[in-house]
Amino acid sequence: MQTVFEKTPGLTDAVLHYCPGCTHGIIHRLVAEVYTELGVSDRTIGVAPVGCAVMAYDYFNCDVVQAAHGRAPAVATGIKRARPDTVVFTYQGDGDLAAIGTAETIHAAARGENITVIFVNNAIYGMTGGQMAPTTMPGQITQTSPYGRDPAVAGYPLRMCELLATVDGAAYLERVSADSVKNIRAAKQAIRRAFECQLAGRGFALVEVLSTCPTNWGLEPVKALDWLRENMIPYYPLGVYKDSARDGKEAAQ
Amino acid sequence: MSEKVLMKGNEAIAEAAIRAGCRHFFGYPITPQTEVAAYMARRMPKVDGLYLQAESEIAAINMVLGASAAGVRAMTSSSSPGIALKSEGLSYLAGCDLPALVVNVQRGGPGLGGIQPSQSDYFQATRGAGHGDFHLLVLAPNSIQEMVDLTYLAFELADRYRVTAMLLADGILGQMMEPVSLPDPAAADLPPKDWAVTGTGGKRLHNIVNSLYLKPEDLEATNLARYEKYAVIQRREARHEAFLLDDADIVVAAYGASARIAKNAILAARAEGIRAGLLRPVTLWPFPKAAFAQAAKTARAFVTVEMSMGQMIEDVELSVRCAKPVTLCSRVGGMVPAPEQILESIRQAAGGAK
Amino acid sequence: MNAKILIAGFGGQGILFAGKFLVYAGMIGGAEVSWLPSYGPEMRGGTANCSVIFSDSPIGSPIVDTPDILVAMNLPSLDKFEPTVRPGGQLFIDSALITRPANRSDIETHYIPATRLAEELGLQGLANMIMIGRVLEKTGLCPPDIVTAAMKKVVPERKKALLDKNLEAIETGRKA
Repeated sequence: MQTVFEKTPGLTDAVLHYCPGCTHGIIHRLVAEVYTELGVSDRTIGVAPVGCAVMAYDYFNCDVVQAAHGRAPAVATGIKRARPDTVVFTYQGDGDLAAIGTAETIHAAARGENITVIFVNNAIYGMTGGQMAPTTMPGQITQTSPYGRDPAVAGYPLRMCELLATVDGAAYLERVSADSVKNIRAAKQAIRRAFECQLAGRGFALVEVLSTCPTNWGLEPVKALDWLRENMIPYYPLGVYKDSARDGKEAAQ
Repeated sequence: MSEKVLMKGNEAIAEAAIRAGCRHFFGYPITPQTEVAAYMARRMPKVDGLYLQAESEIAAINMVLGASAAGVRAMTSSSSPGIALKSEGLSYLAGCDLPALVVNVQRGGPGLGGIQPSQSDYFQATRGAGHGDFHLLVLAPNSIQEMVDLTYLAFELADRYRVTAMLLADGILGQMMEPVSLPDPAAADLPPKDWAVTGTGGKRLHNIVNSLYLKPEDLEATNLARYEKYAVIQRREARHEAFLLDDADIVVAAYGASARIAKNAILAARAEGIRAGLLRPVTLWPFPKAAFAQAAKTARAFVTVEMSMGQMIEDVELSVRCAKPVTLCSRVGGMVPAPEQILESIRQAAGGAK
Repeated sequence: MNAKILIAGFGGQGILFAGKFLVYAGMIGGAEVSWLPSYGPEMRGGTANCSVIFSDSPIGSPIVDTPDILVAMNLPSLDKFEPTVRPGGQLFIDSALITRPANRSDIETHYIPATRLAEELGLQGLANMIMIGRVLEKTGLCPPDIVTAAMKKVVPERKKALLDKNLEAIETGRKA
C-alpha cells in the first residue's frame, strides 16, 4: 500500500483542541512540517502565546516555552541569545502580537532578533470568546464591538506587515492566507522562507497568516473562508513586504 | 582572600554576577541602579557575555525568563517602579520554577516617588511580587562585601531550588563605595538543568517550560509541590546576623542600610548603659523566624528600624508571636533615619519596658 | 584615625573625585573606609556632595551628618552644611568662590583661594585637589607617602600628565 499522506513527526500525537473549521490546526502542521523538512526539529524551540494557541506546547514536538501574553518575542530573544545555535520561533495571535505585545514585537524586529514569528491574524480574540482585536475589521461585530467596530471610537485595525516593513531590523515579512489549498501551499513556502531566513542568520522574520474563527465570527467554516476572502484580504493584501535577500540583490543591481 | 578593591555597590553586584557565571543580563535604565547596567554593558562583551537593553522592564524580565528556560544563568536589575513592571514575569518565573536573579535597588514610592534610598518594597519582595501563591528568595545585603557574597549565594540557591532570587538593596548600598574582595565563588554541587529547552537533540521527549494548568487538580498539585520546596528552603536557608545580641534587653531589628545605621545607635545605647543588640535578617524570605523567637525569650522589647511606614515589623511581630512589644522607628520617602533617632527609640523601648 | 568628612560644592567641581581619592588613601593607610555620593538630577549643574569616613572599627552608617571635616566649595554648600560641623571640627572654604567668612566660632576654619590658585598655576579644574592638599596638611589624614599610591588608584598611570597635575595640586594645597 502506498502512503500518500502522513502526519508530520514535527507534531505530537496529542489531539488538537481547536474548534471545527479553525485554521490553527493547518498552520500548526505547516510550521511543524517546515522545521521537520529542514532537518532542524531536534534543535528547534517554540514559544507558545496566550490565546487559542496557548497549548501549542502540547502539539509541537520540539522544546517549547509558554510565554506571558504578548511577551513571546522577549522570551524568544532570551532563548536565542542564550542558545544561538537553536532555531527559535514564536507562534502568536493578533491580540498577543499586535495589542499587548506590540512593543515586544516591534523591538524584537528593531533589534533584528534572529527569530521566526508566526502571526495568526483572525481579526478577533478567540480564547476569551470573541472580543474586538487590534486587527478587527471596521464594522465587524464582536462581543466588545456589538454594533460593529466604529473607528471613531475604537480606532482602526493595525497592518503589522506594513508597519514592520519600516523597521530596518526586519529581514523577512510576508502575509499569506489559510483560506484555500493554493494559499495554504503558498503559506508553507512563506513559513519555510522565514525559517531559512533565521538559518541564514539574516534576522527577524515574520509570516502573517490570515485565518478564520468560525466560532466567534458566528459563521460556518466554509462561509468563514468566504468572509476572510471578501473582507480581510482586501484590507490586508497578501504578499512579501520585505525580503532582505531579494531587496539586497535588487539594491545591488 | 583576594585583594580588596573599592567598588560601588551597584558595580560590585555586576562584577559578582559575572564571576558567578552569569553571561546574560537584560536591563533597562532606572536610578539608582543604573550602574549595574552600565557595568554590564562595559564588561559583558569582554567575557563573551551579553548585555541587552530591553525596550521595557516587562520585556527585560521576559528575556530573563527565556534565557533561564534555555538553561543559562540570567539576571536583570531595576529599582522599585521598575520591579512593579516585572511582577508579571516574576510570577511566570515562579510558575515555571525557573532560577534567575532580580536585583532591586530600592527608591522611595509610591508612584514615581523619588530616587533616594528606601526600604518600602519589603512587602512587594516578600509578599506581593506578583499574582498567585509564590515566593521569591529574598536576600538583603548590608555592605558592599555582602552585595558580592549574596549575589554568589543567590545564583547558587536559585539553581539549587529552581526559584527566582531577589537581591533587595537600596540607594545607599547601590551608590556607596567601600573595600570589597572578590574571590571566585566556591564550586557548588548543583542539580543538572535537564528540564531546560535546549533542543531535544533527537535524544529525549520535548521539554516544556510552562505555568498553565487548566485542570484545577493539576494546578493545585503544582502549588503543593512548590510549597513543599519552600518549606525545605525555610528550614535550611534562613540567615541572620547577630550583633551584641546575647545579653540584649532591647533588640533592634533592621536589614540593609538601616542595619548599618542601627549599629551606630546600638553602640551609643550601650555607652549609656542600655543593653541593646541587633538582629539583622540577611534573608527576608525565608524570614529568620527562629532567631527572633529565640531572642524574644530574653529580650524585653523589639525596635524595628525601616525606611518604610512599617513593613518588616509585621514579620517581627509574627515571629515573636506578639510576646514582647515591638515598636517602629522609621523615615520614608528617601529620608534616612539618623543614629540619634534610633537611639531615642531604643531609649523609649528601654524605659517603656521598665 | 577616625574622621567623618563631607565634601560639597557644584556638580563639575570634582567633588566625588576628591572623595574617591581620599577613600583610597584611607584604605591604603589601613583604615576602614566608606564613600557615599549624593546622586540623581541634583548632580547635573546643582549641588554635589559626598560623605567619606575613616574609622578604626567597622563602619556603621556611611552617612556623614555631623562632619569632623567639611570642605565647602560653593556658598550653598557652606550655608547648608556649616551648622552641621561637629564642635571642634575643621572647615575648609574655597575663598575664591565663597566671599563670606564662616559664622561658627567653635570650629577651626581655613580659607584657601583654591579656584584662583588653580587658574594661576595652570591647574584648571583641580581646585578640588588643592583643597584636599590643605585638608591633608592640616589634619594629617594620611601620610604623604600614601598620596601618590592613592592618586594612581583614581588616575590611571597612562594619563601621567594628569596624575602629575593632581599631585602638584595637592602639593600646592599643602603649602597654601
